[in-house]
Amino acid sequence: MSDPRTRRLAERVAAQRVNPLTAALRSAWPFAIAIAIAFILQIAIAPAISDFKAKILLDIGIAIVLAGSLNIVNGFAGQFSIGHAGFMMVGGYASAIVTYYGSLKLLGAPAIADVPVLGGFLGSGDLLFLGACLIGGVMAAAAGLVVGLPSLRLRGDYLAIVTLGFGEILKVLIQQTPPVPSSADAMTAGPLTMVTHLGGSLSFTGQPTYVSPTPWVVNADGDQTGHAGIFFAYLVVGILLIFVYRLKSSHKGRMLLAVRENEIAAEAMGVDTSRAKVTAFVLAAFFAGIGGALFAHEVGAQLDTKSLGFQKSIDLVIMVVLGGMGSITGVVFSAALLTILPELLRSLGVDSYRMPLYALTLIVVMIVRPQGLFGIKELWDLGPWKRHVTPLWNKLTKGKQA
Amino acid sequence: MTALALEADQLSIAFGGLKAVSALSFAVPERGLHGLIGPNGAGKTTAFNLLTGVYAPDSGAVWLGNGASRTRLDGKKPSAIARCGLARTFQNIRLFGELDVLDNVRTACGVRASSGLLRTFLRTPRYVAEDRAMTERSLDLLDVLGIADRAHEQSKSLPYGDQRRLEIARALATEPKVLLLDEPVAGMNTQEKHEMRALIESLRERFDVAILLIEHDMGLVMEICEHITVLDHGVTIAAGAPSAIQSDPAVIEAYLGAPDDEAEVA
Amino acid sequence: MGTLVQTLVETIALGSLYALAALGYTLVYGVLRFINFAHSDVFTFGAWVSYALGALFGWVATAAVQAPVVPVFAMPFIMFAAMAICAVLGITIERLAYRPLRTAPRLNVLITAIGVSLLLQNTGQLPWAFGKDGQNVPALISNQASLGSIAGVEIRVVDLVIVVLAGLLMFGLERLVYGTKIGRAMRAVSFDERIASLMGINVDRVISITFGIGSALAAAGGVLLGLRYGNIKEPADSAWVLLGLKAFVAAVVGGIGNVRGAVAGGLLIAAVEQFGATYISSSMQNLFVFVVLILVLLVKPSGLFGTAVREKV
Repeated sequence: MSDPRTRRLAERVAAQRVNPLTAALRSAWPFAIAIAIAFILQIAIAPAISDFKAKILLDIGIAIVLAGSLNIVNGFAGQFSIGHAGFMMVGGYASAIVTYYGSLKLLGAPAIADVPVLGGFLGSGDLLFLGACLIGGVMAAAAGLVVGLPSLRLRGDYLAIVTLGFGEILKVLIQQTPPVPSSADAMTAGPLTMVTHLGGSLSFTGQPTYVSPTPWVVNADGDQTGHAGIFFAYLVVGILLIFVYRLKSSHKGRMLLAVRENEIAAEAMGVDTSRAKVTAFVLAAFFAGIGGALFAHEVGAQLDTKSLGFQKSIDLVIMVVLGGMGSITGVVFSAALLTILPELLRSLGVDSYRMPLYALTLIVVMIVRPQGLFGIKELWDLGPWKRHVTPLWNKLTKGKQA
Repeated sequence: MTALALEADQLSIAFGGLKAVSALSFAVPERGLHGLIGPNGAGKTTAFNLLTGVYAPDSGAVWLGNGASRTRLDGKKPSAIARCGLARTFQNIRLFGELDVLDNVRTACGVRASSGLLRTFLRTPRYVAEDRAMTERSLDLLDVLGIADRAHEQSKSLPYGDQRRLEIARALATEPKVLLLDEPVAGMNTQEKHEMRALIESLRERFDVAILLIEHDMGLVMEICEHITVLDHGVTIAAGAPSAIQSDPAVIEAYLGAPDDEAEVA
Repeated sequence: MGTLVQTLVETIALGSLYALAALGYTLVYGVLRFINFAHSDVFTFGAWVSYALGALFGWVATAAVQAPVVPVFAMPFIMFAAMAICAVLGITIERLAYRPLRTAPRLNVLITAIGVSLLLQNTGQLPWAFGKDGQNVPALISNQASLGSIAGVEIRVVDLVIVVLAGLLMFGLERLVYGTKIGRAMRAVSFDERIASLMGINVDRVISITFGIGSALAAAGGVLLGLRYGNIKEPADSAWVLLGLKAFVAAVVGGIGNVRGAVAGGLLIAAVEQFGATYISSSMQNLFVFVVLILVLLVKPSGLFGTAVREKV
C-alpha cells in the first residue's frame, strides 16, 4: 500500500514512542493536585469559615460525587435513570454496617457518633471508614449490574420506570427490617443479623460520624479532635472527576456517548451497546455507593429510606439536567448551585418554594435550553472561556517556556 | 477463481406474511465492487440489515472471508459482525450528532483498541500510545475523505455531502474487510457525485476492502460495479455484469412496468 | 371465605380506580408517545377539587359541624365540576409545557413531564393551596352504608357506586374512541401524526381533547377514591405519588396505548396488591406491584396487550 494514511491501528500503536516516565508523571499529577486541594480545604479553609459554611462545603462535595456519578449513566450513556438514590441507599447501608460493627468488634470502641476518630488521621478508624466506602461502592455496583440488565431491553420512559421501581422495591425491603441492635447486643450479633437489622422505616443508628465539618485539630499532646470529613469528601470528588474526565475523553467514554447519540449506528460500528449500557450503570452505581457511604457517615444525616427516596433521585436528576447532560464541569457547577440555593431560600424565609422553583426550572430549561446550561461541552469549550481565559492561559504557559 | 470476501447463501426473511427478502444469494470477491439495485421497496436495505445482523434471517447464511478465516456471520449481534470486519453506512444518515467529526471516527477506531477501563483511568503508556494512534488514524481517514479541515465541527452541522463522507470514514475506521454503502450519492449534485464515484473506486485498493453498493443512480452503478444483483419484491430477478443487466427484460419490466401496463396507460 | 370475598371486593373497587387513572396515561401515550408523569397529579388534584368545593359549600365535616347535610345534587355536581376543572388543567399543561416540545427528543419531554408532576405536587403543598395536612372530603355517599353482606362481608354502597360509575365512564370512552368522529381522529393521530394532519385533521385540537378526556377520567377516579376513604392526604404524600404510579404501572402492564389493556391492567395490579397484602404481607404490597411491573416489562416490554414497535433502520 502506497498511501501511508491508510495504515491500521495496530501498526500505528506499534510505531508510537511513549516515554514511560513522562506518562507516569502525566498520569499522576492530577491525583497529587486533588489530594492537595482536599488537604487545603480541610486544614486551611474549613477552620477559617463557620461550621455552617463548612457543612455546605461538605454537602457540595457529596452532591458533586452523586450528580457526577449519575452523569455517567444519564449524561454519557443517555440511559435515563430516576432511581439513583437507590444506589446511595445500598452504599450507605453497606458502609454503615461495616463501620458500626467494625468499630465495635474490630477496633473495640464504643461506636458513639461524637467520640474522636480512632487512631487519629488515617489511623485505624479512618482506614475502616475508607474500606467501608469501598465496600459500599462495590455493593452498589453489584446493584447497578442488576438494574443495568433491564436497560438492555428497555429505553426511555420504560427504563426510567424500572429504575424508579428498583428504588421503591429496595425501600420496601429495608422497611421490613428490625431495628439495629444496641452496641451491647451488637457485640454478639451474627453476620445475618448484621445485614438484616437495618432499622426498618426508622433510620440506621450507631454508625460513627466521619464526615463532619468540625475541624480536625491535633493538639500539643497529639490528641485529635474533630474529623477529616472535608478531606475525605473532596478526595472522592477528585478521584471521581479525574475518572469521569478521563472516561469522557477516551475510547471507552466515546462508546457510551455513541450509545446515547445513536444506538443503531453505535452497534453497527462494533460498539457492544449492551455491554456499554451495563458498564455505565455499574460505574455510576459504584460512585453513587461511595457517595452514599459519605452521606451515611455525615453528621446529622438520617440514614433512612425517606431521605434516600424518590425525592433525592429527582434532586440528582435536576442537577444533571440543569448542568448539561454529559458535561462534567456543568454538573459540578449545578451541583454546587443547587446545594447552596436551598440555604439561600431558607435564609430568605421562602424555603417552602424550593421544590416548586426546582420543578419550574426543570420545565423552563427543557423548553428554552434543552441541552442544559453547558450542553455536552465543558467549561473550556464554551465561547466566553475561549475568548477570555484560553488566550490568557496560552500567554501564561508560553511565558513559562520562554 | 478469486477468493471470496463476502458470501450470502439463500438469505430469506419475512415480516408478518410479507416476504421481504427471499433466497438472496451472491458472492463478492476480495476487493470486488458489487451493486445491489432494484425499485423502491425491493428489499435492498432489508438485505443490508440481514447481512449486518440488524435482523436475523429466517433461513440462509452469511459468510465473511475465505480459507481459515472464513466466519459465519448470521446469528451474531451487529456489533460482533462489525468487529469481524463488515462495516456499513446508512441511507438515512446516522451520525453521532452531538460529537464532533473527529470523535465520530475515533469512536469507530476505538472498537479496535485493547485498553480497558483501568488503563484508561490510569492513562498507562499503552493507553497513551493507543489513544494517540487512534487520533492519528482518524485524522488520516478524514484526510482521505477530504473533510480533515472540518475535524472539530459538530457532525450534525456538516453539509449533507460531508455527512455522507463522514459516514464512510467512520465505517472505514472499524477496519472492515467488506464495506456496505447504502445510497452513498443520494441527494448529491453532479459534481459531488463525480467526486464520490472516484472516491469509492479508490477505496478498494487503498483499504484492501470489498464493496457492496446500494444505489439508485443507475449511471453510477453501471459504470463502477463489476457485478450487479437486481431485487424486486425481495426476489432476485437478475444477476450478472452491468452490460447483461442493462438489456435484461425482467429488469426493464421491474423498473418500467410490464409492457401491457404501458399499453393500458397509453 | 370471608377473607377471599373481602379481598375480591377491594380488588374490584380499587382496580376500577386504577383503571380510570390508567386510561389517561394510555390515551396520552397513544397520541404523543410519551408517559405523562404529571397525570397522577391530575388524579390527586381531582380529589382535592372535591374537597375544595365541599369546603366552599359547607359540605365537609369540621370540628364545629360533625355531619353536615349534603344535598342530593352535590354528588353529580362535584363530580362534573372536578372533571371539568381537571380537563382544563390537563389541556393547559399540554399547551404550556408539552406543545413547545412536540418535535424535541423524547427524553426532554420525559424530563418536562417529571417537572410538571413535581410542580403540581409541591405547589399543592404550599400553605395557600391545599397545605400539608390531611383533609376530610365531603361525605357525598356514606362510606359506611351497606347493601347487604356476602359470606359475612359487608358490600358497601360506595364500592358499588365506584364500580358502576367507572364502568360507565370506560364504556363511554370505548364508544367515543371507536364510534365517533373525534375518536377516529384520535386513532388517526395515534397511527401517524403527520399523515393525520395531511388528511385535514387538526392534530393540536385532537391532542388537547385527548388530554382533556384523560384528565377528566383521572379526576373522576380521584373523587371516587376520596369518597371511599373519607379523607385525603397532602398532595405530595408518598401514598398519592404511589397511587398514581400504580395506575401508571397498570397502563404499562396492560400495554400502554391500549384502552382495554388499561382496564385489565388496573384490575390485575389491584389484584396483585390486594391478594399479596392479604395472603403474604400487608406491608409489602408495593413491592409486589413493582416486581410484577419489572417482570412484565422484561418478558414482554410492550405490555400484555400492547404491540411491539420496531425502530426503522
